[in-house]
Amino acid sequence: MHELSIAMSVIDVASTRAQEEGASQINQIDLEIGTLAGIQIESLEFCFEIACRGTIAEGARLKIRSIPGMVECQTCFKTFQVDNFFIACPECKEYGVNITQGKELSVKSIIID
Amino acid sequence: MCDTCGCGEPGLKLHEHNHDHDRERIVYVEQDILSKNNLLAERNRGYFETNGIFTLNLVSSPGSGKTTLLERTIAALKKDLSFVVIEGDQQSHRDAERIEATGVPVVQVNTGTGCHLDAEMIRKAVKTLNPKENSVLMIENVGNLICPALFDLGEAHKVVIISVTEGEDKPQKYPTMFTVADICLINKIDLLPYVDFDIEICKEYAKEVNNHLKFFEISAKTGEGLKEWNDWICQETGRPQVNL
Repeated sequence: MHELSIAMSVIDVASTRAQEEGASQINQIDLEIGTLAGIQIESLEFCFEIACRGTIAEGARLKIRSIPGMVECQTCFKTFQVDNFFIACPECKEYGVNITQGKELSVKSIIID
Repeated sequence: MCDTCGCGEPGLKLHEHNHDHDRERIVYVEQDILSKNNLLAERNRGYFETNGIFTLNLVSSPGSGKTTLLERTIAALKKDLSFVVIEGDQQSHRDAERIEATGVPVVQVNTGTGCHLDAEMIRKAVKTLNPKENSVLMIENVGNLICPALFDLGEAHKVVIISVTEGEDKPQKYPTMFTVADICLINKIDLLPYVDFDIEICKEYAKEVNNHLKFFEISAKTGEGLKEWNDWICQETGRPQVNL
């Protein structure tokens, strides 16, 4: 259940920024989460509801944009999309890839009052 | 039109609101969710590097033999290297007591309901331990193959440990941990005759997720394979290899 720690970090990042902007309330938080980041979205949403209570983000909507995983083959340098870590290159069939996208875990924007 | 809920758009009926359309605004944040932890981890890393402290973060499922491995490693190398240990567990001081018996300084961190150690916990524990220059810091993370993968502590290497009683498909079931680790210890090899565990298949699975993994096959109980592991620590810390 590291999603609870993640939810608390989301609120921490968003609240700090909202306070800098002089906001009294956060209405929405927009996140980008890669499919290879090791986060279960349903679990994060569940934890967020609990973690936001009593904070400036209480009742805020959580919008999550999922970023597909992209890797580059270390052998033939072909780039291709993946949704898990078990990936042989479709071109040269070799294992061993570098992840180029899909590890994202960031707060993109907030809507504040 | 309100760009939050779409009200005011032709064709959409107006409805009750509790948000003020005049004041509501969007602020771009563009910040990594784990930035606070990552920043603290980099601070830890800088401190370790400046003081020549070689730090390993040991991660595994519960019961794979992390504490026994630590006891054996410390016993073999403590005359040549100064060790300090951070023990992470949800509750109890059992592991810290076992490490204390080896005579090296140890701090037990109880995470309570938490499932992993984070960089701030390490910073505090290191402050208490106050390790000497050029020592070796062993961090035994909470027994869990999922959560500790996401939290950088500032270590030089993440060492993932699997034991042969767990099944050779662990890397397939918990791939995230195997992608972030760079060392993999396969423990309890003394039990191989009694279990259906094919080391080569396990390595193949692990290499499918991370083909840079370096493997050690060991038995922390009998000592088999520990010479290579101890030699590697000596080599990484720039010490001459000791004869065991």
